[in-house]
Amino acid sequence: MSLSEFISMGGYGFYVWMSFGMTALLITAEVVYVKHQRKQILRRLQRMAQLNAEV
Amino acid sequence: MSINWFKYSSPQTFYPLAGKMTPWFNWIAGILAVVGLYWGFFETPHILSEQKQYYRILFVHVPAAWMSMWLYLMMVGWAVVGLIFNTRLSFMMAASIAPSGAIFTFLTLWTGAFWGQTSWGTWWDWDPRMTSELILLFLYVGYMALQSAIDDTRRADRASALLALVGAICIPIIYWSVNCPDPNECTALHQQSSMSAVEPNIRIAWLIMVFSFWMYAFAIAFMRVRNVILERERNAAWVTELVGRKK
Repeated sequence: MSLSEFISMGGYGFYVWMSFGMTALLITAEVVYVKHQRKQILRRLQRMAQLNAEV
Repeated sequence: MSINWFKYSSPQTFYPLAGKMTPWFNWIAGILAVVGLYWGFFETPHILSEQKQYYRILFVHVPAAWMSMWLYLMMVGWAVVGLIFNTRLSFMMAASIAPSGAIFTFLTLWTGAFWGQTSWGTWWDWDPRMTSELILLFLYVGYMALQSAIDDTRRADRASALLALVGAICIPIIYWSVNCPDPNECTALHQQSSMSAVEPNIRIAWLIMVFSFWMYAFAIAFMRVRNVILERERNAAWVTELVGRKK
């Protein structure tokens, strides 16, 4: 099976890759978002602790 | 031997445990995905000939559909434990599962549309299973919206738990909404399917993908619950200490 044959999926490439692509995209986005959220929360809590220490 | 099951029901002890388990679940999910995809694409060409290649959509559609229902049951399970025992961590787990459940439900509908267009000639139809899956998406979204709409966390938890519980009726409906054996009684696009009737190589790829998605669901739920714990327990001494150490 050649690469172009693999990509064309017997003429159904669009349907197959749209399905797999969206799945990969959303799962990646979910992981990135949750990691980003964690950083933001930690940063905010640190700033709040600093403000509390200054008062 | 006695195990103190309630030890890990406290957010403080569960937070580091979830952190330790996350990479393991991520690794297992990743390895299973590679194996499952390899099997689905390279061990099936002799069955999925030129005209049937679109069948591969099912390698993500079926696992996503199973997870959309399974995660809902998990979410309701934690919500009910929370309602009965009034444990904070249970509600946090329920809240952490919901977004992943919604994503899997959306993926089910999305991949289902591409499957429908290729095999049934339509992107969407008000087939019983599609309709009830769409309602499931609204339930997840409704749960999250209700949770964030109420400022008092305890009330938000209880109200959304009740919504999730009532909505659980949707799961058996999705599960059993397939075509009747007699087409004169009812019609649906989704047919009765049994795992044992499926070609073994396809079944292997399916099952491996299901386990991969399942392990991923554990990983992402643990990652998210750590965020929820930090957010909700921000005034607890151990969180202040932890944040101080991170500097």
